[in-house]
Amino acid sequence: MEFIKAENVRFSYDEPDEEQPDKPVHEVLKGIDLSIERGEFVALLGHNGSGKSTMAKMFNAMLTPTSGKVLVDGMDTADETHTFDIRRQVGMVQQNPDNQLVASIVEEDVAFGPENLGIAPAEIRRRVDEALKVVDMYEYRTHAPYKLSGGQKQRIAIAGILAMETACIVLDEPTAMLDPRGRAEVMDTIQKLNREKGITIILITHYMDEAVQAGRVIVMDSGTILTQGTPRDVFAQVELLKTHKLDVPQATELAFRLHSAGCGLPNCVLTIPECVDALELLLTKKGAAQ
Amino acid sequence: MTRDIALGQYFPGKSPVHRLDPRVKLVLTIAFIVYIFVANNFWGLGFLALVTLGIMVVSSVPVKMYFKSMKGILFIVLFTSVLNLFYGSGKVLVQIGFMQITDDGIRNAIFIAVRIVCLILFSSILTFTTSPTELTDAMERLMSPLKVLHVKVHEISMMMTIALRFVPTLLEETDKIMAAQKARGADMESGGLMQRIKSLIPVLIPLFVSSFRRAYELAMAMECRCYHGGEGRTKMKVLHMEAMDYAVLVFGGAVLVVILLLNHFVPAVI
Repeated sequence: MEFIKAENVRFSYDEPDEEQPDKPVHEVLKGIDLSIERGEFVALLGHNGSGKSTMAKMFNAMLTPTSGKVLVDGMDTADETHTFDIRRQVGMVQQNPDNQLVASIVEEDVAFGPENLGIAPAEIRRRVDEALKVVDMYEYRTHAPYKLSGGQKQRIAIAGILAMETACIVLDEPTAMLDPRGRAEVMDTIQKLNREKGITIILITHYMDEAVQAGRVIVMDSGTILTQGTPRDVFAQVELLKTHKLDVPQATELAFRLHSAGCGLPNCVLTIPECVDALELLLTKKGAAQ
Repeated sequence: MTRDIALGQYFPGKSPVHRLDPRVKLVLTIAFIVYIFVANNFWGLGFLALVTLGIMVVSSVPVKMYFKSMKGILFIVLFTSVLNLFYGSGKVLVQIGFMQITDDGIRNAIFIAVRIVCLILFSSILTFTTSPTELTDAMERLMSPLKVLHVKVHEISMMMTIALRFVPTLLEETDKIMAAQKARGADMESGGLMQRIKSLIPVLIPLFVSSFRRAYELAMAMECRCYHGGEGRTKMKVLHMEAMDYAVLVFGGAVLVVILLLNHFVPAVI
């Protein structure tokens, strides 16, 4: 059974105008249907205003649909009696690492979540130590967060969710405010969580090269799902993405253009090494032919 | 510029002072502040100063840090002691117009200065050796009897935790905004007092706006992490008193006895 299921989700931040009931309200989500299995790594892609962050907040009942339904592990997010249980299943990491750390000491911040869940002190200690080791920040456990780099702070935020032992983590543009090195650190951590701990990952991003690392990519555009599938399937549709002002990874674009120009390159490559390999193969073939 | 504020910064460590129960530290600090004002002669105050120095040494926090925390209040120390210098009766030593410095005044000035210095040093020991979370935790536990009177003890301590957590973040942000406004030609260093206060407005408004945004995001992050008030909440670090803590409490009581005895047998300065 699917872990998260959205059925025809519509959402609007504005209330309908009582004086002008006919006036259309601006809908951020226009009937989204999607389902996410346990242990999946899904990337939700889209440019600003596509509704991807709004959708992310649906997954842990921070927002509830104006119409339609979101089910998490069979529980309806609109039912307030389930809110607590949903949030202990689906954790969320936000964009700005500074605004989600509560305590002035790293380990005390990581302990905040489990403390809220009412877990026994010895168990909290174990979880905190384990979570900090997973994100590779154990040696910083007594430091003050404000002295750390953005990537490190974001990893602590992830550890804070990890210590709650949620089945799923939603990350809302976790790398948007980080430098390239911080981005790489955070992406490595996310990959590790998905592969080694089997945690379901929903990564909201507008970086294409991050989306490529996911198992499935869902592309959103103005409140609807444009296309979805494996990164290879999605990024093969370069034309479609371009018409919706979405970028594709640089390597993909290069290969696509060479392919269109009739250079005999495969239509879809995703990563730089893959592109290099394809080019090398092509050049050696040409060399042999001459 | 705003970065070197030492007052209220925690210094992680493993000294005996660090390991004391924060409740004991908090109670003793309050008690000590009272002692400093109870002591009314140089012997008593000297004794308290010695105790303070002793604890400072045990705390293994670099002495540099203590000096830094003193720097901020140097003005207050000077101001109050200079004020006291002219206040007092006794043998007149110097006469400046209608004001006069007496031997009493000098004694008072020194006494007050030592008092304030002791006060700051002792409270610095508390903030240097106790993490803000420990401190607010201790307050929450000490105030918990007030729950009977419907005081929202947990909420107050949570607010303090968050306020302390955001002090460095907001300082950093103030620096950034000031730099940004200076880059646009804002002048913050010249002009009279009113002019300078006015020139702070372009810094304060963005700071305010961004603080609200931060508050909103933080509230959301806290909710995401299942925060639902103090009800049913556990703590990773449970406070429990050990032999050492009781010993320190007894020591605190003994200091009071010494002070009271000295007050009784030595003539008062103030």
